[in-house]
Amino acid sequence: LNFKELKLISIEARKKIIDMKYNSKSSHIGSAFSVLDILIFLFFNKLNINSENINDEERDRLILSKGHASAALYVTLAKKGLLSEKKLDKFYCDNGELPGHIDHTVSNGLDASTGSLGHGLSIGAGMAMASYLDKIDNNIVVILGDGEVNEGSIWESAMFISRFKLSNLLIIIDSNKLQGYDRANKILKHRKMINMWKALDFDVEEINGHSFVEMEEAINNFSYKTPKVIIANTVKGKGISFMEDKLEWHYKSPNKNESIVAKNELEKEKKELIEEGGK
Amino acid sequence: VRTTFINTLTDLAKNDERIIILTGDLGFSVFENFKNEFPDRYINVGISEQNMVGLASGMALRGKKVYVYSIIPFIIMRAFEQIRIDICYQDVDVKLVGVGGGLAYGPAGATHHAIVDLALMRSLPNMNVISPGDPIEAKSAVIQSYNTDKPTYIRLSRNGEPCIHDEKEKLVINNIKKIVEGNKVLILTTGNMLEEGKKIHEKLFKNNILIGLYSVHTLKPIDKKTIIEAANKYDFIITLEEHNIIGGLFSSVSEVLMKQNINSFKKLKKVIPYAINDEFSHNVGSQNFIRKSYGIDENQLVKDIKSLVN
Repeated sequence: LNFKELKLISIEARKKIIDMKYNSKSSHIGSAFSVLDILIFLFFNKLNINSENINDEERDRLILSKGHASAALYVTLAKKGLLSEKKLDKFYCDNGELPGHIDHTVSNGLDASTGSLGHGLSIGAGMAMASYLDKIDNNIVVILGDGEVNEGSIWESAMFISRFKLSNLLIIIDSNKLQGYDRANKILKHRKMINMWKALDFDVEEINGHSFVEMEEAINNFSYKTPKVIIANTVKGKGISFMEDKLEWHYKSPNKNESIVAKNELEKEKKELIEEGGK
Repeated sequence: VRTTFINTLTDLAKNDERIIILTGDLGFSVFENFKNEFPDRYINVGISEQNMVGLASGMALRGKKVYVYSIIPFIIMRAFEQIRIDICYQDVDVKLVGVGGGLAYGPAGATHHAIVDLALMRSLPNMNVISPGDPIEAKSAVIQSYNTDKPTYIRLSRNGEPCIHDEKEKLVINNIKKIVEGNKVLILTTGNMLEEGKKIHEKLFKNNILIGLYSVHTLKPIDKKTIIEAANKYDFIITLEEHNIIGGLFSSVSEVLMKQNINSFKKLKKVIPYAINDEFSHNVGSQNFIRKSYGIDENQLVKDIKSLVN
């Protein structure tokens, strides 16, 4: 899809996520909005995952290791036709279909159960290793949160991936720079991770994680000689003026009024985008 | 039992390309043959157990049968959360093979003792738990767990355990193995306490006391039928294990019995636990030395059983 089409999907997805979070009164809308554009880009323009090959052993794999951003993945899968739209209305509720953190048995479009941080990279490395052993030429993408990189298990996996040169594995770090209770760079020496990845021979590239142009260039059809880390600079709560870069939106869910205001902002953005294209 | 484990697995691996071994930088003198025969399917992932269990899960999600090997505290406790989520929640075909069950690493100290592993693994949904008592049981454990795609924990001791069962014995892994029947008293052992149970039986036999002895090599799923039968046949059921009193064999047996109508048992008066009494060992010494210090050894049991039956 062209970038404008992707942008329109992204706006519609944000509206749906607002509804889901409003109805369920659940947390992590900020985290979902920071990673959403990455997911949309991957599923619509890069990954070989679709309703025809979903049960195919040789298709690509995507692990959203920051499982608390599940709403973004659920909506993206629904937009791609890999998850029924009806299930989105049964998110985080009694007699529900979709839990707050990912249960891979819910849909064959979900490649791993995540929610406890620091697990997804090792699982992805195992999948990449299995592909290598089976001589399958597919791509495994693991999306980490930048706070998640605090976890020691991430660096255990990183050393392994580096040692075995698993270049069929792409790591994307959703770097919204706000983690559980403070700014990432105030809690630990967060930016040092760039040098740490580099020290392990990863090819590190920093991009704007809301720019489809930059994502296209950085992902570059998955043709890497060494394992790659894309640090995607993103904005927590992206797309909604009063949510952007605010820690509280790791926890709060929008109330009725906030939902209306937020959706109006998105409607306005959509209208401008369409008019701009009309010119 | 370590040698039995690897020989059995090497045989299986000849006919099944899906079998992979991951080790957390342990297994000196264990894996050399496997490594030579299947260099791509043996990976030393380094001293990084969390990553190792996650890797196993990812490989299993892509159709591999993965055997993960380390010393029990490191694989079971360090990587517990990865076992809980990546293996059990996702319900994937990964076998965790731990060595050093109970006090096998006696003088190495309590960091290396494994006395809460059965409790941890038993409590995880989807996980099967096998604790073989001799090489014959270990072989059955490897073969029969291979035939399922369930997550399984196999608790091995070390090397050099004698064969208690006959070489030709075919054990069914979910069924308690009845070694000998007796009067009044039945000892249930798990894992490496089987040998101790055998010695106790023999010593009492010389004193004209005939006790029963069963080996509970599989703790989950547990063989309820045999335990309930035993409660109708024996006055006293003794559980003997190298594990904390919480969560191991005594708990497993008690859980089965307490779910029944207690008045319905024809014989049972008491279940008597011989286990580690909820403490870390600060005693330095061999496996046998520490067993003695805890009163879970042959001499203590022979003495206690004599006074019990008289």
